[in-house]
Amino acid sequence: MSKISQSTVKHVANLAQIPISTQEEEQLTADFSKTLAVVDELQELDTSKIEPTHQVTGLKNRVREDVVIKEQMFTQEQALANAKDTHQGFFVVPKVIDKDS
Amino acid sequence: MNNLHQLTLKKAIDLLASKEISLEELYVQLNTQVSTLNDQYNIYLSQNNQSLETANSLANSSLKGAPITIKDNFCTQELPTTASSQILETFQPQFDSTVTKKIKEAGGVIYGKTNMDAWAHGSSTETSDFGRTLNPRNKEYLPGGSSGGSAAAVASDLAIAAIGSETAGSIRQPAAWCGAVGLKPTYGRVSRFGVVSMASSTDSPGPITKTVEDAVILFNYIAGYDPRDATTSKNEVPDLTQALNKEIKDLKIGVVYLDIPGLEKIKPIYEEQLKIFEKLGANVEIAKAMDPRYAISVYTVVQRAEVSSNLARYDGIRYGLDRSHFGDEAKRRIMLGTYTLSKGYADKYYNLAQKVRTLFIQDFNRLFDEYDLLISPTSPGYAKKIGASEGEAMFGELEDMLLEPSSITGLPGISIPCYRDPQTNLYLGLDIVAPMFKEDLMIQAADAFEKNTNWNSWRKDE
Repeated sequence: MSKISQSTVKHVANLAQIPISTQEEEQLTADFSKTLAVVDELQELDTSKIEPTHQVTGLKNRVREDVVIKEQMFTQEQALANAKDTHQGFFVVPKVIDKDS
Repeated sequence: MNNLHQLTLKKAIDLLASKEISLEELYVQLNTQVSTLNDQYNIYLSQNNQSLETANSLANSSLKGAPITIKDNFCTQELPTTASSQILETFQPQFDSTVTKKIKEAGGVIYGKTNMDAWAHGSSTETSDFGRTLNPRNKEYLPGGSSGGSAAAVASDLAIAAIGSETAGSIRQPAAWCGAVGLKPTYGRVSRFGVVSMASSTDSPGPITKTVEDAVILFNYIAGYDPRDATTSKNEVPDLTQALNKEIKDLKIGVVYLDIPGLEKIKPIYEEQLKIFEKLGANVEIAKAMDPRYAISVYTVVQRAEVSSNLARYDGIRYGLDRSHFGDEAKRRIMLGTYTLSKGYADKYYNLAQKVRTLFIQDFNRLFDEYDLLISPTSPGYAKKIGASEGEAMFGELEDMLLEPSSITGLPGISIPCYRDPQTNLYLGLDIVAPMFKEDLMIQAADAFEKNTNWNSWRKDE
């Protein structure tokens, strides 16, 4: 059976950039173990000669002309309309360098 | 004319076209119904207060300015789009999804946006960040989900017709629990452009309506290739109205999943209802399909993986709040997906799940060599009581178990009401699944069943 440790959960939360409390870590550790136990049932099947399916329609490598579609373009005002914090027509982003994790 | 909110879409279009009713009458009566009941059921998150004016400008169009209700994960320029999440609570899209654009081009009005499980992560509409929606057939029960708001809107006549989206059951299961019709098109038939992404390899927008005919009307307008969604198919879209009112005596139907443990109670009801197809001349047989239990596992892995990638965009910078505002279910799914895709685990989980997905495709190919259609219960039982999803990490997966095989393989399906429990007033749904891009076949069977039974609550008076 798949076991998942609390430190793995903590690591995954960091990878996914999801802030969680210690209490949540404990709860999620239990939830994940429960869910992965169900998922482990897949190992009962013989898939040794089976190719994976990522796309069910069979469409592959669709390309399009690299053209500008004017009606799909945002004005600067539209692009910034939903941003919490802007400065002189730019998005303001949090500082990410010098961060420990 | 009274009770116009109870009209089917077809009837509303016809009466508007013949000028027997006016748009004003229709909208005033529908608005009254919404203001009377919406607080009780918690169905609409936002409503378009320009809807009648817009409708009047569309009076001569195909849809005649009819009001169409939209699940709140479709981007709409006239109304905010929240996906029932706190993160997107104030998000106002600057563009329209292809589905809502097409509805507007056909002359439909975006009437309002409906509640759903937050980010469509669930099958109860109980995990919405804005409170649960109740089942209008019986308020002690859940409407199902994730398109529970759209299904409840239709069932309570707070809508004429609605749009939902399905990743694995999210159209068909709430439609079944609310006694409505839910059509999940073939994956790639309807554009996902402008729909808040969940699991991109299975997300399929589709109608939730009062009748099969209404579902067909909306399908015809929203289906088709979209240059903005590279996964949409260029296959020709059949005019599904041609599949209505047809005989079904040449159809070969395979019945699947009836013998699964847990279905003992409802099995006799289905056995009884399936006789309708036999009476109409179809050939009905029990067929043996791959255990849907494995589809739960495939879906759980694939969906979480795709969620972890799709929800990476919510950074709180360009729009929405930052990642600390995700609800419990979203956190759970993003993190599990991150884990199953991470170094050392991708083969064990993600790649294995995609291989089993191939096994399901092979199994369906085998079944469709023998049968035109496959039929099963939509859900393992009736709607669950309010509170049932709380603390259940796998609630949705279990309630959607019978729909997951057709979802992960991209097949089209339609759920129609096939029984009403006289004690609880709750409904059961019949799920009809067709081969890829063969929606016309399932419509043929669904329409015949609907017209030869009394389970559809909107057809009773006809």
